[in-house]
Amino acid sequence: MTQKIRVSCSKSNLKTIRDFVNSVLGEHEIPDKEMNLIIVAIDEVCSNLIIHSHSCNSADELEIRITSESENLVFEIIDQGEIFNITDYSVPTMEKVIKNKKNGGIGLILVKKIMDRIQIEKNEGLNVCRLYKSLAR
Amino acid sequence: MQMELKTQKEGDFYIIKIKGELEASSSVQLDDAIQDVIDQGGSKILFDCLELSYISSPGIGVFTSRIEDHEEGTLSMALFGMNDKVFNVFKILGLDKLLPIVTTKDEAKPLI
Repeated sequence: MTQKIRVSCSKSNLKTIRDFVNSVLGEHEIPDKEMNLIIVAIDEVCSNLIIHSHSCNSADELEIRITSESENLVFEIIDQGEIFNITDYSVPTMEKVIKNKKNGGIGLILVKKIMDRIQIEKNEGLNVCRLYKSLAR
Repeated sequence: MQMELKTQKEGDFYIIKIKGELEASSSVQLDDAIQDVIDQGGSKILFDCLELSYISSPGIGVFTSRIEDHEEGTLSMALFGMNDKVFNVFKILGLDKLLPIVTTKDEAKPLI
C-alpha cells in the first residue's frame, strides 16, 4: 500500500511531513524510538531539499510517498528541478563536524545510519530519493 | 508545536528550558539563547530537556558546535530530562559519550 502527501517547499511544512510519516508508521508495530529515528531521517532529507535545492521557495513542491510491503518500508521523496544527490556527498565523521563547529553533515550521518539503503533516480524531469528500511529484526 | 525557551539563573548556573521541537525552524533561537548567556558572562549551562519532544540535525548542531568550548572548559554544558526518543538521536551519533546527559537537574549540576 502506498500513501502520499504533497507539500510546498517551506520549512514550516517539515512538521506536516513529520506528522504524515508518524501517522503512516503508526499503522505498523514499530517501537517508538525506532519510529522516531525514521521520522528524523525523512525530516533530514526533506529539509535538505527544501533549504538547499529549493531555497525555501513555497511555489515549489515535494511529494512524499510511503510504501509498505510486509516488513519493508520504502520512502520516496520526489521533487523537480536541480537534483540534490545525497549519495554524492561523503559522510563526515562526527569528529570533523565538531572540529568545524558547523552542523553541516549531521543530517547526512543520521540518514545513512538510520536507513538501510538510499537510491537516487532522475526520471522524466522528476528527482526521486528512495530510502529503504526493513523492520525485520 | 513550536519551540519555547526560557532561561533562568540559579547561582552560577544558567538553566535553559527547551519546550517543543528543536529542528530547522527553531534551532537558531537556542543558539541565540546560549550566546545571550555567554554575553552575560555565564559559563555553566544546564539544558532542561524534560519537555523537548523532538530533535533533528540543526538542533543537534547547536550542541556539537559548542562541544570544543565544553572540552576546553570555557563553556560547561549538561543536559537533563531527555525522553528516550530524543536521547536515542544523541546516542546514534555517539554524543552521549561527549556530553553529560543525565536524568535530573540535581545530577547535572555537579557535572559542570
